[in-house]
Amino acid sequence: MRHRERWHALGFISPALAGLTVFTALPVALAVVMSLFDWPIFGDREFIGLGNYRALLTDTPDFWPALRNSVLFTVLYVPTNLAVALGLALLLGPRLHGRAVFRVLFFIPVVTPMVANALVWKLVLQPQGLLNGLSTAWLGITLPNFLVDRNWAMIAIVVMSVWAGMGYNMLVLTAALEQLPTSVLEAARMDGAQGWRLLIRVTLPLISPAIFFAAVMTIIGSLQVFAQPQLLTGGGPGTSTIPLVMFIYDTGFTFQDLGLAAAAAWLLFVLIIGITVLQFRAQRRWVHYEH
Amino acid sequence: MSTERLRSGLAHTTAVLAAVIFTTPLVYAFFSALKPSREVLLAPPTLIGSEVRWSNFAEVFDYAPFTTYIMNSFLTSVAGVMVVLFVSATAGYAFARLRWRGREVVFVLFLGTLMVPQEVLVIPMFVVMQWFGWVDTYPALILPWAFTAFGTFLMRQFFRGIPYELEEAARVDGAGPVRTFTRIILPLAGPALAVLAVFTFLNYWNSYLWPLIAVNDYATLGTLPIGLASFSSQTGTRWDLQMAASIISMVPTTLLVVALQRHLVKGIATSGLGGR
Repeated sequence: MRHRERWHALGFISPALAGLTVFTALPVALAVVMSLFDWPIFGDREFIGLGNYRALLTDTPDFWPALRNSVLFTVLYVPTNLAVALGLALLLGPRLHGRAVFRVLFFIPVVTPMVANALVWKLVLQPQGLLNGLSTAWLGITLPNFLVDRNWAMIAIVVMSVWAGMGYNMLVLTAALEQLPTSVLEAARMDGAQGWRLLIRVTLPLISPAIFFAAVMTIIGSLQVFAQPQLLTGGGPGTSTIPLVMFIYDTGFTFQDLGLAAAAAWLLFVLIIGITVLQFRAQRRWVHYEH
Repeated sequence: MSTERLRSGLAHTTAVLAAVIFTTPLVYAFFSALKPSREVLLAPPTLIGSEVRWSNFAEVFDYAPFTTYIMNSFLTSVAGVMVVLFVSATAGYAFARLRWRGREVVFVLFLGTLMVPQEVLVIPMFVVMQWFGWVDTYPALILPWAFTAFGTFLMRQFFRGIPYELEEAARVDGAGPVRTFTRIILPLAGPALAVLAVFTFLNYWNSYLWPLIAVNDYATLGTLPIGLASFSSQTGTRWDLQMAASIISMVPTTLLVVALQRHLVKGIATSGLGGR
């Protein structure tokens, strides 16, 4: 009986096992190998050891700007995203009339294609688009051309991305707020905690596990940003908004240097894992678990 | 009492204001989609052009092979959902309900694959596609991302919650694991399968980086997100059509969310994408 169960288990698991072997384990192993080769899309491959990694760190002009841009995007995007999401989650609390409608509304861009979201904002941010056009017509103020301005392009990408992405965290935090024990909040109110004090001393610590989860996931996601800069600015002006993933894509498929792209992808992976580990280390200082 | 009312009035006004600002880009895009092409970027901006051209929404389909893009997106999304549901349900069952040596170790290995981001995999995945001769084919758009361990994890968690008594009864009646799975377990798994189906559909429908890599022949194998960019060319952008096409691409996923709105908060809380 037990013996047969083992064979059945093998049968049940084999589709997933085969798929993960071919489409995850194999590519991961291949990525290691590729990063050690000069590996063009077509043509001969040549083993070059750590040459790709050395090339990235020393003489690939776009790599450091791309790394810097991904980090800058993350530093600007994650706190803004969390702040807006938290603000809305608190605002759309249990006593607000029509909160369900608002929640759905703010969540919609999370599920619509990012390409469509970005193109809508590209139109809004054109020099004769809605924002600049209205500012000129109503206020007589000429705004900068956001998408091609060195100082504004990244900010425009961040604003657009927060608009598109914060709805998810809003719901994560809403779910956490709804699960708060009312008895604790009542007790805190009885003790005279109100407004900001209640929020900062009681509510936020209580939902800190959810905030931590949201922060970790959002940072991982934002280090992988691609579609928004690719469509809004094309990485420009200059290299000021090229993120790492766009660098990897361009290196691999525009310049057809797959080995260098694979090496860059590993550096991105190390960055993501490193930052995630750091966050788990730091969580003891500010995340409070009940049990 | 009155400060309470004042406060709730203030909260409501803030929410409405935030909602108006938030939806403005979408409203503007919608009205831009109805304008004659040359009036989209006319200063000062207007809501409605010299005429309201609903025909733009039809012209989208003549200007680009837009029907093909939509069909490709539907085909790959639906096929992707079916593969993911099958693979996740079977593997999830083996991890949750069958006893076999090495189960926990293999499960941890499965979860470990979740750590590898798509961006690390796309470069070698393209080479795998070259080896298989799958560049510019439907399997390349469907299969590489259909075996994520997330689905297996989700199904396993759900199956573990089903009472064992139901299974025992079936076993006593002489049903083997396969029959138990198809007759007892699967019929109960509707909600979990639905959550997984929705997540998977959205992932496929919105995916951009991979189709960009796996497909060169956009006119035949392009998906919607790729097709949306085709309204920009060297000679300029047909903003009216691009906005109409963008709106069209947003409709199915928006309808999905509106239809599922009552489960939204709970779905996020429970699937939690992995708990904490």
